[in-house]
Amino acid sequence: MAAIASDHGHGHGHDEALHHQFEDMEQQNDSYIVGMWTFLVTEVMFFGALFLIYTLYRSMYQLDFYLAHKVLDTRMGMINTFVLLFSSFTVAMSVRFAQLQNRMGVLAMLGITQICAGTFMVIKYFEYQEKFGHHLYPGPGFGSSPSYLNGASPNFAQLYFGLYFGMTGLHGLHVLIGMIVIGYLMAKWWRNSPMVTKDYIPTELVGLYWHFVDLVWIFLFPLMYLMPKP
Amino acid sequence: MSAIPADPNVTAVSATPRTETNYLNADWSIKSWLLTGDHKRIGILYLVTVSFFFFLGSIAAGLIRYELTAPAGFILESETYNKVFSAHGIIMVFLFLIVAIPAILGNFLLPLMIGARDMAFPRLNLLSWYLFMIGGACIMGGMINGGVDSGWTFYVPYSSMYANSNVTMVLTGIFIAGFSSITTGINFIVTTHKMRAPGMTWFRLPLMVWALYATGVVIILGTPVVAVTLLCIIFERVFHLPIFSAELGGDPVLFQHLFWFYSHPAVYIMILPAFGVQSELIANFARKRVFGYHLIAFSSLAIAGLGFLVWGHHMFISSESMYQGVVFSLISFLVAIPSAIKVFNWTATLYKGNIRLQTPMIYALGFIGLFTIGGLTGLFLGCLGTDVHLTNTYFIVAHFHYVMVGGAVTAFLGGLHYWWPKMTGRLYPESIAKWNAVLVFIGFNLTFFPQFIVGFMGMPRRYHYYYFAPEFQPYHIMSTLGSTVLALSFIIPGLYLTRSLTKGAKASANPWGAHGLEWETSSPPPTSNFLQIPVVLDEVYDFDPVTEHEQDKAAQALEVPSYLSNEAKSIESEKEKR
Amino acid sequence: MFSNFPATPPQASSFSREHDLIFYALLALTIIFTVMVGIGVIYFVIKYKRGSDADRSRPIYEDARLETAWSVIPLILALIMFYFGTKLFITMRVPPADAQEIFVIGKQWMWHVQHSNGVRENNTLHVPAGKPFKLTMISQDVIHAFYIPAFRAQMHVVPGRYTTMWFTPTQPGKYHLFCSMYCGTQHSEMGGTVVVMEPREWANWIENGGQSQATLTLEQSGERLYKQLACNNCHGAEDNMRAPSLYGIWGKKRTLTGGRSVIADQSYLRESILRPHNKITNGYSNTMPVYDGQINEEDVLKLMAYIKVIGSSVGGPSSSGTDTAAAVLNGTKGTMSPFAANAIQYQNSSMRRVDSTPTTRSGELAVNAIAAQQEAKGN
Ligand code: HEA
Ligand code: HEA
Ligand code: HEC
Ligand code: CUA
Ligand SMILES: [Cu+2]
Repeated sequence: MAAIASDHGHGHGHDEALHHQFEDMEQQNDSYIVGMWTFLVTEVMFFGALFLIYTLYRSMYQLDFYLAHKVLDTRMGMINTFVLLFSSFTVAMSVRFAQLQNRMGVLAMLGITQICAGTFMVIKYFEYQEKFGHHLYPGPGFGSSPSYLNGASPNFAQLYFGLYFGMTGLHGLHVLIGMIVIGYLMAKWWRNSPMVTKDYIPTELVGLYWHFVDLVWIFLFPLMYLMPKP
Repeated sequence: MSAIPADPNVTAVSATPRTETNYLNADWSIKSWLLTGDHKRIGILYLVTVSFFFFLGSIAAGLIRYELTAPAGFILESETYNKVFSAHGIIMVFLFLIVAIPAILGNFLLPLMIGARDMAFPRLNLLSWYLFMIGGACIMGGMINGGVDSGWTFYVPYSSMYANSNVTMVLTGIFIAGFSSITTGINFIVTTHKMRAPGMTWFRLPLMVWALYATGVVIILGTPVVAVTLLCIIFERVFHLPIFSAELGGDPVLFQHLFWFYSHPAVYIMILPAFGVQSELIANFARKRVFGYHLIAFSSLAIAGLGFLVWGHHMFISSESMYQGVVFSLISFLVAIPSAIKVFNWTATLYKGNIRLQTPMIYALGFIGLFTIGGLTGLFLGCLGTDVHLTNTYFIVAHFHYVMVGGAVTAFLGGLHYWWPKMTGRLYPESIAKWNAVLVFIGFNLTFFPQFIVGFMGMPRRYHYYYFAPEFQPYHIMSTLGSTVLALSFIIPGLYLTRSLTKGAKASANPWGAHGLEWETSSPPPTSNFLQIPVVLDEVYDFDPVTEHEQDKAAQALEVPSYLSNEAKSIESEKEKR
Repeated sequence: MFSNFPATPPQASSFSREHDLIFYALLALTIIFTVMVGIGVIYFVIKYKRGSDADRSRPIYEDARLETAWSVIPLILALIMFYFGTKLFITMRVPPADAQEIFVIGKQWMWHVQHSNGVRENNTLHVPAGKPFKLTMISQDVIHAFYIPAFRAQMHVVPGRYTTMWFTPTQPGKYHLFCSMYCGTQHSEMGGTVVVMEPREWANWIENGGQSQATLTLEQSGERLYKQLACNNCHGAEDNMRAPSLYGIWGKKRTLTGGRSVIADQSYLRESILRPHNKITNGYSNTMPVYDGQINEEDVLKLMAYIKVIGSSVGGPSSSGTDTAAAVLNGTKGTMSPFAANAIQYQNSSMRRVDSTPTTRSGELAVNAIAAQQEAKGN
C-alpha cells in the first residue's frame, strides 16, 4: 500500500490536555465519547442479563413475588428515586457549568450530586438492615420470622430476595464507583487541572455514567417495589 | 532490501529513517515495561504471559492424553483427572485462546495497520493486561490451592452447590479476566473508528482490522453477560443468593442459556481474529489481493451478528423446548455460510497468484484444510438428529479442537511467524520452521482424527475411565501418539523463536515484501510507530503477481535466495563458512 | 492385540438406521467439500508456485456470480441437512402414544430404574426388542444425561423437572449405558448396561420381578404412601371443603386462582405435591402442607402413579401390574395391562373431557384473601 508522509502537524506537546496518540482535541474528544458509549453498551448487557433472569422468575412465580415484595418499604424506595433523579439533574447542571467554564458552579453541582449519592446509600443501608433483621436474607436462616413473608412461599421468596439483594447490591456498587469517580473529577476541578478545565468532555463523560446509574435504578424501582396484584 | 524491489511509492515513504532506537530498546528498565502505554510493548507482555499459560494448559493436555491411554488410567484419581481437564479447558479458553490473537497480534498490529500512533486508550490497554494478570493469578491460585473440577462450562447446580473445589476463586479470576477482554474490545472499536490515518477509508482497511473490529463487537456484547452469569454462581456460593437453585424453584437451564449466550460468541472471538490473520497471510504469500474483499469483510460482521443467535445449539437435549431446538439449529446452519464464503474466497485467492511456500503460508494452507473439517463437523452437531447422538461425546472434543487448535492456534502460529520480524526485529530460521509447520499438521490430525471415530462410537467426554468399553482403546492410543508428535511440534518453535531473539539475523523493515502500513515503518517500529502519520492513497493488498513473476524470473538468473534479505543472507553464509 | 476393532456403534434401535443415514450423508458432504477445497488448494499451489510458468495475466479479484454460487449452493445443502435432521429429531422427541413408561432417577453416581410394574433395577435397563418405551427422568442432585449410544438416544436428566426420551429397541444384545453429562467425581463410572432381550425372555424376566423381587407395583406402593402420608385425609372421592378431589384428575385441565389453567400432567402433579403453594387450585387456599424435603423423587413417582389410576373406571386403586409383560408381548389393547391401558385411556380422555369437575367454589380467591389480610394488618 502506498502512502506518503503527511504534512499533518503532530500536536504533541502543544496542548497539555492532548494525549500523544491523538492528532487534535477533536479526535481525542470523539474517541472519548465513542469509548464511553461503548462502555455503556457493556453495562447495558451486564444489567440486561440480570433483568432477564428477574423477568423470567417473576413470570414463573408471580404471586409469591408479589407477596414477598410487599415487605419492601415503597416510601424509602420512592425517596431514593427522587434523590437519584435530582442528582441526575445536578450532574447535568455541572456539565452545563463546565461548558461555561464556571469552575465553582461545577464544584457546587458535583458536590450536591455527591450528597445525593450519599443519601441514597444511607437509605439503602437502613433498608438492608431491616431486611436482615427480619431474616429476609436468603440462606439457612431465611424466613425464620415467617410473618414478614406475607404468606409467600419461602422458596420463591428466597429467589425474589436473592434477586433483590443481587441487583440492588450491584447497583449500589455502581453508585459507590460513581461517587469515587465524581470525587476524582471534583479533585481535578479543585486543582484547576487542564485535563478537565480545558474541555467539558471529561465532565460530560462522568455525567453519562451517572445518568446510566440513575437509569438502572429507574428500572429497578418499579420492578422491585411496585408490583401490581397478579 | 527484500528480494523483490518494493514498488516505487513505498520507497518514497520508507523515508521513515531506520532509527536506532525502537520500541524495544527505547528504555530497558523493568518499570518502563510494567508502566508502558505502548500498544506494542503491551502486545509483547501479553505474548510472554499468554505463552506461559499455553504451556501450563498443554501440560494438562499431556496429562489427559497420557492418562487416557489405558482404560483404567495410570496415575490420576478420578477427582484429579476432572481437575486436570477443567484446568486444561479453563486455561486454554480463558487464558489462552480468547486472548492470544486479539491481545497479542491485535494489540501489536491494529494501530500499525491503520496508521495510528497508539490505541485510543493506552492506559486502558495497560489496565487490561493487569486485569488479565490478576485474573490469571486468581485462576492459577484456585487451581494450585485445591483445583476446580467443574469443567470449563460450570454447569449449575454442580458448580454452585455440589462441587467442593475452588470454584469461587477461579470464577472470580475469570470474571476479572473478562473485564480485561472488555477493555481490549472497547479499545479496538474506538481505535478503528477514530484513529485511522488520513485516507484510510473503511474499505482500505486490511481484513485483519475488519476481523478485530468484529471481534471487539462480540466481546463488548457477550462478555458482560457471562460476567454477570458467573457472578451469580459466586453470589450463590458465597452469599447464598439462590439465583439458579433448582431446590428453591430456580432454573438450572437458565444458567446454560446465559452461559452459552456468551460462550458461543466466544468461539467466534477465537476464530474471527484467526480469519483476519489468515486473510493477511494468504494475500501476502499468494502475492495477490484477497478475492472478494468486501464479502470477506462483511462475512466477519455477519458471523459476529448471527453468532449471537445460535447459543441454543449447545442445549438441544438439555430440556429446552423442541421448537427452540429447531430455530437454533436453523440459524446454526445459516452461520456456516459466511464461513463457507471465507474458505472459498481464500482458495480462489490462490488462483493466478505467485505463491511462496514459506512457513506462515504453510500454516495458512493447513488452516484452510483443518478449519474446513472442523467447521463441517460443526454441522453434524448443529443438525438436530445427529446431535442427539453426538453431543457430550468425543466427537465434540474433536470438532472443537479442529476449529480451535487446527484453526485458531494454527493461524496464531502462522501470524506469529509472519510478524515475528516486525515484532522482534529478528528473523527465525526458515527451514526448521517450515518442516515444523508440516509436523504440526501431521501431529494434529493424528491426535484428533481418531477422536471423531471414538466419539461416533459413543465415548462420552470428560470420562476418566472406560474399562467397561475396551473397544475405545485403540483410538485413544492413536490419539496419545499423535499428541506426542503435536507436543514436539509446539516445543520446537518455542525453542527456535526464543533463540532467534538473540541469535537470529536482523530483519529489514519489510522482509516479506509485504504491503500494509505496518511494513512501512522500521522493524521493530519506533515507539511512536510512525515518525510522521502516513496518508493512504492506494487500495489495500496492492500486489501485482504478474510483474512480480517477471521480476522473479530475472532475479532467478542472479540466484537471489528465496526470501531472506541480503544482509540476512550474508550472515547465514558466514555461519556456513564456520 | 485388538481382536475387537469396531469403528461404528451397533445399531440397536429404530432410530439407529435413520440417524446413521443422516450421519453418513453429512460425512459425504464433509468429504466432498474437504477434498474439493484440498484439491483446489494443492492444485493452485503447484500451478502458481513462485517461479512456475503458469499464466498469471488478468487475475480476478471479485466475481459476483462465483461468490453467489458458493454462498447459495452450501446454503441449499445446509437447508436439506437441516430438514432431515429436524425430521428425525421431532420423531425422537415425540413418543408414540402406546409407549410404555419407565421411570429413571439419576443421582450421583448411579441410575435408578423403575418399571411400571414395580420392578426396580440399578445401572441396568432391561427392555424387550420391538416395543416402544418412554423414559421419564429426573435427577435428585445435579444434571446427568442418559445415553445409550447403540440406540442413538440421549437426554439430559435435570433436577426439578421431568425430561423424557423414547426408543424402540430392535436388536437383542447388551449395550453400553452412559451418563454423558459431567456430574462430578465418578461421572465416568455412572453407567451400566442396557440389555435388550427377546420379548419372551423379557416377559419372564419382568414377571419374576427382574433382579430384585418387588412385591408391590408402583401404583400399589403409591396407594400405601397415599395413606401413610394422610393425603386421603383431605383428598377424597369428591371435592370437599378441605381439598379438591384427585379422582380422575390426571390429564385434565385445572383452573388455578387467578384464572390461569394448566393440564394436570406429571410436572404439575409433582409440583402440586412438593410445592403446592406454587399453583393453587381455584377456590382453595394455600393449606396443603409442603412435601418438598419430606419425600424423595421415588415417592413422588409412586404417588403420581397412584393418582393416575384412582377414580378410573378401568383400573381402580388396587389394579395389579403383573400381567404387563403379557400385554406388552401381545401388543394389543385388549389384553394390555391395566397400567398401560389406563395410561392410554387417560391420555385420550384428557382430550375429550375438558374440565368436567367444577373446581370453582364459593369463597374468595386465595390471593384476594391474603391481600385483604395484609390490608387489615395495616401494612
Ligand atoms: C473456534 C471455535 C469454534 C468455531 C469456529 C466453531 C464453529 C461452529 N460450531 Fe462449534 N464448538 C466449539 C468451538 C467452535 N465451534 C466448542 C469449544 C464447542 C464445545 C463447547 C463445550 O461443550 O465444551 C463447540 C460445540 C458446538 C456445538 C454443540 C454441540 C453439543 O454440545 O451438542 C455445535 C452445535 O451446533 C457446534 C456447531 C458449530 C457450527 C455450526 C460452527 C460453524 O461456525 C462452522 C462453520 C464452518 C464451516 C461449515 C466450514 C467451511 C465451509 C465450507 C467448506 C463450505 C461447505 C459448507 C456447507 C455445505 C454449509 N459447535
Ligand atoms: C485453545 C484451546 C485448546 C487447545 C489449544 C487444546 C489443546 C489440546 N487438547 Fe484440549 N480442550 C479444550 C481446549 C483446548 N485444547 C477445551 C475447551 C476442552 C474441554 C474441557 C472441558 O471439558 O471442560 C478440552 C478438552 C480436551 C480433552 C477432553 C478431555 C475430556 O473430555 O475428558 C482432550 C483429550 O484428549 C484434550 C486434548 C488436547 C490435546 C492433546 C491438545 C494439544 O493440542 C496440546 C498439545 C500439547 C501437548 C500434547 C502437551 C505438551 C506437554 C508436555 C510437553 C508435558 C507433558 C507432561 C506430562 C505427560 C506429565 N483436550
Ligand atoms: C391439609 C390438607 C391436605 C393434605 C394432607 C394434602 N393435600 Fe393436596 N391439596 C390440598 C388443598 C387445599 C389443595 C388445593 C390447593 C392447591 O392447589 O394447593 C390440594 C391440591 C393438591 C393437588 C392439586 C390438585 C388440583 O386441584 O389440581 C394434588 C395433586 C395434591 N393436592 C396431592 C396431594 C398428595 C399426593 C397428598 C399427600 C402426600 C396431599 N395432596 C395432601 C390439601 C391437602
Ligand atoms: Cu451422572 Cu455424569
Ligand atoms: Cu456454539
